[in-house]
Amino acid sequence: MSEHVLSTKLYYGIWIALMVLTVVTARIAFIDLGPFNTVVALVIATCKALLVVLFFMHVKYASEKLVKMVIVASIFWLLLLLLLSLADYGTRYVRHG
Amino acid sequence: MATAVITPERENYLNQEYGIRSWLLTVDHKRIALLYLISITFFFFIGGFFALLIRLELLTPAGDLVQADTYNKLFTMHGQVMVFFFLIPSIPAVLGNFLVPLMIGAKDLAFPRINLLSWYLYIIAGIMMLHCIVTGGVDTGWTFYTPFSTAFSNTKVIEAGLSIFVAGFSSILTGLNFVVTIHRMRAPGMTWSRLPLFIWAHYATSIIQLLGTPVLAVTLVLVVCERVFHLGIFDPTRGGDPLLFQHLFWFYSHPAVYIMILPAMGVVAEIVPCFSRKRIFGYKAIALSSIAIAVFGFLVWAHHMFVAGISLYSALIFSALSYLVAVPSAIKVFNWTATMYKGSITFSTPMLYAFGFIGLFTMGGLTGLFLAALGIDVHVTDTYFVIAHFHYIMVGGAVMGYLGGMHYWWPKISGRLYPEWLGKFAALIVFLGFNLTFFPQFILGYMGMPRRYWQYPPEFQVLNVLSTAGSTILAVGYVLPMVYFLWSMRYGKLADDNPWGAAGLEWQTTSPPPTFNFDHEPEVTWEAYNYDQIPAPAEEVAVER
Amino acid sequence: MSDSPIAMEHGQHGPELRHHFATAEQQRDAASLGMWLFLGTEIMFFGGMFCAYLIYRLWYFNEFAAGSRSLDIRLGTINTIVLICSSLTVALGVRAAQMGKRKLLVILLILTLIFGLAFLGIKGVEWYAKYKEHHIPGPSFDASDLVRDYPQIHIDQSHEQIYFSLYFAMTGLHALHMIIGVGIFAYLLYHAAKGRYTPEYYTPIEMGGLYWHFVDVVWIYLFPLLYLIDRKPLG
Repeated sequence: MSEHVLSTKLYYGIWIALMVLTVVTARIAFIDLGPFNTVVALVIATCKALLVVLFFMHVKYASEKLVKMVIVASIFWLLLLLLLSLADYGTRYVRHG
Repeated sequence: MATAVITPERENYLNQEYGIRSWLLTVDHKRIALLYLISITFFFFIGGFFALLIRLELLTPAGDLVQADTYNKLFTMHGQVMVFFFLIPSIPAVLGNFLVPLMIGAKDLAFPRINLLSWYLYIIAGIMMLHCIVTGGVDTGWTFYTPFSTAFSNTKVIEAGLSIFVAGFSSILTGLNFVVTIHRMRAPGMTWSRLPLFIWAHYATSIIQLLGTPVLAVTLVLVVCERVFHLGIFDPTRGGDPLLFQHLFWFYSHPAVYIMILPAMGVVAEIVPCFSRKRIFGYKAIALSSIAIAVFGFLVWAHHMFVAGISLYSALIFSALSYLVAVPSAIKVFNWTATMYKGSITFSTPMLYAFGFIGLFTMGGLTGLFLAALGIDVHVTDTYFVIAHFHYIMVGGAVMGYLGGMHYWWPKISGRLYPEWLGKFAALIVFLGFNLTFFPQFILGYMGMPRRYWQYPPEFQVLNVLSTAGSTILAVGYVLPMVYFLWSMRYGKLADDNPWGAAGLEWQTTSPPPTFNFDHEPEVTWEAYNYDQIPAPAEEVAVER
Repeated sequence: MSDSPIAMEHGQHGPELRHHFATAEQQRDAASLGMWLFLGTEIMFFGGMFCAYLIYRLWYFNEFAAGSRSLDIRLGTINTIVLICSSLTVALGVRAAQMGKRKLLVILLILTLIFGLAFLGIKGVEWYAKYKEHHIPGPSFDASDLVRDYPQIHIDQSHEQIYFSLYFAMTGLHALHMIIGVGIFAYLLYHAAKGRYTPEYYTPIEMGGLYWHFVDVVWIYLFPLLYLIDRKPLG
């Protein structure tokens, strides 16, 4: 896929970043941010995922756009499932409990 | 396009190796295609058998042939077998497997062993389904709606669900193979804009298989878990939502219908230019509309749920999106028709099936627009109108596309010609039988006859009798090709490389092809469908023995 | 056939080149695209469960929050770190293969396996704790401990069971993928030790690595979604 040999320094750097973000997300969960707790958690998770995908999986150094298109398309399709389902669930009247 | 005289002893993929091991352990995409051909034909007749029993029961208003529970099983097994074991694999696994490498100038698919694995998964799934059938079957409808399937049905839901799970993986692997092959294995000069539209159709189909089937798979897993552990995910008495199952199920099963029809459209796009002796009209439009159908097809699933309890707001959204998905299909129909305009038409058997496809698919598709309209759907949903609608597309469309393709490429696959007059005769029988079977069902549905009912009020009987009569004629039409194809393998006239004078790389190798498809790697310097450069075939396309 | 551009003399390529490919590069590019497409299907496979999770979290937030609090956040965080470390060893392993460093590759693959098994072990510990607390869905499910612990919110036990059903379904599916990953890496370790992977041919290491990283990414999302729903101090 890619012939780039990345430096160990880069890999260790990404690893440190991932560990830091993990600790941060666990700690922030205990702080009351109201509805933003979920947002922050997902944003941090996405940052971690991006680090793994772009660097550990070499997507940043991919020679053609096709791999990026496969990833984007898959995520887009998942979002279709989630968001269009929400179009129903978000507009129904539901009794809880 | 001069063709050499063929000696029957020349080595090709069929005679290169003999013995059952050479077939069961083959990695040759052409042999795998034939393995699939035998298996899906078998399941087609199983599904057809259930259909005949249904039609027999519906000859009379009373429920006098079978019990109600048995009738539930009949329509369930008919649907499951036909959808998952015939329609979804059919064209991709048989014609796609055979032709995709040939059409792009490759020696095989990208992953030949995964191709064989895909067939074995299909067989394992098929054995599980057969076992399920003979040990009592399932009565939930092919749609497995919860909570009946998870909490109340006493039938073999788990086994059927797991069988379809395995069949789904077969489908995913086929799609994966095609996408990688089309991206990576095209011969020099075979650019994207020179690809046959059959390839574009299979590319689009494969995208749907890859993105949709996994959702069905995980949903079936959840159904099995729910049934075993009573989790409550789909059970309203435990806080679950039965509609969640339907959302997840239809997220796959609506695009699945495009898996069933897109390959048939690809077949038609090959047949029509050949028998009009003209370049296809609107190549780019047809290619892009295949992709558009694959994408838009994922946006409309809840139109199967309009009266199930989704919010009105979301029903409006899905209704509007459902109108949108009709547009690319219509574009194709216009382009095929425009191709024929001022063409030199030959009414060969494949062309008869293509004509049948275009007419019947158009009718089926238009009735889909009726169903997309909320006001109409409320009245005709869950009636025979819906059944007629999807059978026009699945049978009048997909099956006719499949048969047309089988006839068109039969000389390439087998090296033999089928008897043309019999082919035309069978095509006409299929067309007549089909319309007699399913047109009355539009009227029945409009008049209010519900689907999945084993009894009906007496005023519906005449139309039901017509429908059953049609189904027996249709059955004859389906048996005939099987008989004469088999006959032709031994007694048919030998075919030369290109009996139809068709465009496409598959016609530039021998009939049947050698194991590695081409003697020399092709290099493509011409545009697709270059019928202005290809002479029409000679009157007598057969070669003397 | 020797003049055909697609027929290769046997001396010109290693035994790994399959005959339907014209070049080793084509074979590697095909494998790579195939693996990425497969990972795309896996996104949709897990995605169906994420959809169910989304809907029920919206409907039954209280029960989801209570169930989430009953999970051991220390073990969850440790497991997340374990997986991240395993991704590091995998990435370094691919690099070792690229550079032909066989011994280093073997060591890194062994470390990866250790991390993977550690993850599964810790998961087993967590599940066992759930078993003791009667939080496993089914006939013995009993969330009355949560009802007692959170008097300030109304907890419906059947809704709580839905949370735990999704917890076990999602972590179970993830663990199954981990087990398969461990199997794959055991296979890679065996062949790496025999010297099969070289700078010219290390595609299986690369593809196995992609799979492993994907399973890590799934966990990166599962951790906040299952463990961190609501950890705010209770007023």
